[in-house]
Amino acid sequence: MQDLYLIVDIAGQRAALPASYVESVVEIDDVAPVPCAPPHVFGLFALRSRVLTVIDTLAALGEGSRVKEAEMQAVIVTVDSHLYGLLVDNVDDVVAIEGAAVAPRALLSPGWTACTHGVLDHQGAPLLLIDVHALVAGPQALAA
Amino acid sequence: MDDLLGDFIAETRDTLEALAGEIVAWEAAPDDRTRLDSIFRFVHTVKGSCGFLDLPRLERLSHAAEDVLADVRAERRRPDAKLVNAVLGVIDRIAELTDAIESGQPLPDADDHILIAALQEQDEPVAPDAEEDDDLAAAVEAALADFTTQSAPIVAPAIIAASAGAPPAVGTASRAVSRTIRLPVDLLDRMMAGVSDMVLARNELARRLRHSGAESPTEVAFERLSLCIAEMRDAITRTRMARVEHLFTALPRMVRDISAELGKQVTLEIDGGDVELDREMIEMIRDPLTHIVRNAIDHGIEPPEERIIAGKPLAGRLHVAARQVGNQILIEVIDDGRGIDANRLVKKAVAVGLIAEDRAATMNWDSKLALIFEPGLSTANKVTAISGRGVGMDVVRANVERIGGLVDIDSKVGQGLRLTMRVPLTLTIIPALTISSGGQHFAIPRSAIEEIVRIGGDAVRMASLGGAPIVFIRGARLPVVSLCDVIGLTDNGMVQSTLVVVKLSGGNRYALAVEAVHDHEELVVKPAAPVVMACGVYGGTTLPDNSRPMLLLDVAGIAERAGVQREQPNPNEVAEAIEEEVQGEAAPVLLFRDLDGVARGIPLGLVERIEDCHTSLISTTAGKARLNIDGRLIPLISCGVAIVEEKVRVLRMHDGNQELAYAIDAVIDIVSIEIALQRCEVAGPIAGVMLVEDRPVEFLDAFWLFSQGLGSDLAGEARPYCLLSDDDPWTRQVLAPLVEGAGYTVVYTGSDQADLADVVIISENGVVEPRDGLSRDGAIVRLRATPDNMGDTPDSLWRYDREGLSAELRRHWTKRSAR
Repeated sequence: MQDLYLIVDIAGQRAALPASYVESVVEIDDVAPVPCAPPHVFGLFALRSRVLTVIDTLAALGEGSRVKEAEMQAVIVTVDSHLYGLLVDNVDDVVAIEGAAVAPRALLSPGWTACTHGVLDHQGAPLLLIDVHALVAGPQALAA
Repeated sequence: MDDLLGDFIAETRDTLEALAGEIVAWEAAPDDRTRLDSIFRFVHTVKGSCGFLDLPRLERLSHAAEDVLADVRAERRRPDAKLVNAVLGVIDRIAELTDAIESGQPLPDADDHILIAALQEQDEPVAPDAEEDDDLAAAVEAALADFTTQSAPIVAPAIIAASAGAPPAVGTASRAVSRTIRLPVDLLDRMMAGVSDMVLARNELARRLRHSGAESPTEVAFERLSLCIAEMRDAITRTRMARVEHLFTALPRMVRDISAELGKQVTLEIDGGDVELDREMIEMIRDPLTHIVRNAIDHGIEPPEERIIAGKPLAGRLHVAARQVGNQILIEVIDDGRGIDANRLVKKAVAVGLIAEDRAATMNWDSKLALIFEPGLSTANKVTAISGRGVGMDVVRANVERIGGLVDIDSKVGQGLRLTMRVPLTLTIIPALTISSGGQHFAIPRSAIEEIVRIGGDAVRMASLGGAPIVFIRGARLPVVSLCDVIGLTDNGMVQSTLVVVKLSGGNRYALAVEAVHDHEELVVKPAAPVVMACGVYGGTTLPDNSRPMLLLDVAGIAERAGVQREQPNPNEVAEAIEEEVQGEAAPVLLFRDLDGVARGIPLGLVERIEDCHTSLISTTAGKARLNIDGRLIPLISCGVAIVEEKVRVLRMHDGNQELAYAIDAVIDIVSIEIALQRCEVAGPIAGVMLVEDRPVEFLDAFWLFSQGLGSDLAGEARPYCLLSDDDPWTRQVLAPLVEGAGYTVVYTGSDQADLADVVIISENGVVEPRDGLSRDGAIVRLRATPDNMGDTPDSLWRYDREGLSAELRRHWTKRSAR
């Protein structure tokens, strides 16, 4: 079986996002913060008159938090009919990868352990497959 | 009625289309419970709708099918092929009839009874009987006549009977051309998003145009574009919104029909039809509401004779109301019938094996009542054509919960039942106030806001109570919640200078401190992502014109979050509360600095509101100043100092039928004191003076102010004179204003106009020098000091008999005018 994945750099790690979730990749600038929200909620952003919730992937993976910059790249995903923007360092390519994800066989950080389905093999190199639901829910939901 | 019928046809057809697959699947596997349920619900809904649309033929068919399906559900019958075929036959016939109703063509009904008979056990075939045929024929005719609403001669039953033998004209009937279409809501959403984008693009373009200084033809074109976009936005917004009224219009007829059928009397009260709700929501609520109302009449409200025995009014009362509470719309159906006996409900639930007996024993009243929502449970002892199969309430709950709502039930046995549907406000347009705190903008639903006051401004006193900030607004003590603190915004050095007084649904109030209040906007609110909603302080997100997302605050959530500190018991609080109460018995007085810098006071009850007015709104005519408020001229009174500022603050007062405004400089405070004045000697704007917190404060004489205002209405007309013969303080301070208020000019003995007096008011033992005019008209009013002393001067009035005195003065005034 062959599926499409978007390869991104996320928290300094090359990883794959299932393309079925991905709507687009946009540059976002003016993010309205959400006070009170869990730390991985970076803020709200208006994309073509729809409001999307921007997710700080660093915080979601428990690896610090993202500093606000003028322009950031975000992958727009739809989870349970809500729109989210996942902040990524870089967007690489859309690739077709054969086969399902397998256990990583490595000691991942707790954040990554929670947010991955496993490892995909792409041209001989391992790629972490991101669990979009877990990433969006953030570390608080996992603790609960 | 045409609308309703149209809706019914469209709905039935839609459901039929969706059901087609289910029916086929059920045929293949007759034991499939969920398929059976959805088919059952379909016929149940058709039956219900037919009941109030007056389509007896359809109702008969669906009722028969429902009976059989109910038996299958209750496992009294096995769904064999014959039964499935019969049900399918009935459903097909429902489809044919629906088409026939729409096209207005009669559909021969000869074999309806065969279809119905086929549903019954085959060993007892129902013989066609002539009377029933006639009934059916008449029914079709009634339905058709109703739909086409034509005045053409009614098709005689005989004609239908004659055509009964002809083959049914299925499918050949041409469908009437309809001016309405049904659209997927997705499409509307996309249109809405598109228009919002257009608005944003237009705003951007407007900015660019301003910068580049475009020529006027471009501007004209742009204006036109703006107008078109605005109109389009309005129209598309309206496609989504509808008044709850649409939901309520069907009720009166339905209530009438059902109650007539059951021999009950029901008075229907409808309230809040102007509440706006998302069209989709209205459609989702329609069926549940119908079921609830049916149940209320059928099971709730008792027959007249039972009501009389119970000591209730003959006619049952059914109250249907919609209102917006916070970010929810509440739709209540209240009846004063017999209510639901939760214990009986439990017995029944145990009997049908829904719950175990030991569990039933531990349930409280509310959870017992909640059993009504369980599928297959009904308190009705007999199944009627209206309801009572126990499908209603589980369907109601399922429908309401699907749109994120709740159904609450509250029952008092013998007194009535209250069912409340709470549906979320999301996706609705709500009027909201935009505020900012910590440099960020938020929206608060307008419905939750009671008033907005400035700290340090009018009538607002901040204080601290056990470390918690509180505020006194016109004597009422409210907790202060700082928005910055509650939601953890970083303080950017700005002072939170404005208090938004928020009312919660329970009637509790608190003051939310914010930095600034900006604007009143109509916002489209959408649900935020679950992670954001989980914060508990937001009601949704919205996108204002500046394209920066804004959060809608949930005022109840904020109160809950902030409430933790306030719940700490504080003994001082109790003491303070008592003190406040004691103070509350004294009259609240508004202290203000007048234009001449003097501190003055006025009973707060007289002041309707305090307003800032532009001086340009003040006009002076014939020596009297008037203030233009909302297109009305209101007498403006001041202490005499010229108004030089561009803006002036006015106290607006109202005495029940007349308004006036008093110009002031600033409000000092509101205090609760017992007014004990040292009265002034001269009649004028000042009634007297007293010490308030060791400062002398002059009190305005409202009586005089209003008499001035009233007097201005008589300007130009000669006012009659009234001679007050006793020149004592009481006469001057108390009596004179009253007399002036009645339209007289007061003169005293010895003044130039004393001889012109039309009426003389005199104390009971005073002496009037006889003059011609006076004695002839008997225009002498004598006043006595005590209420009950009639002996000395029988025709005298007690001096505090305001009504008598006023009447007497009025009598003379009219007499003089007539002369």
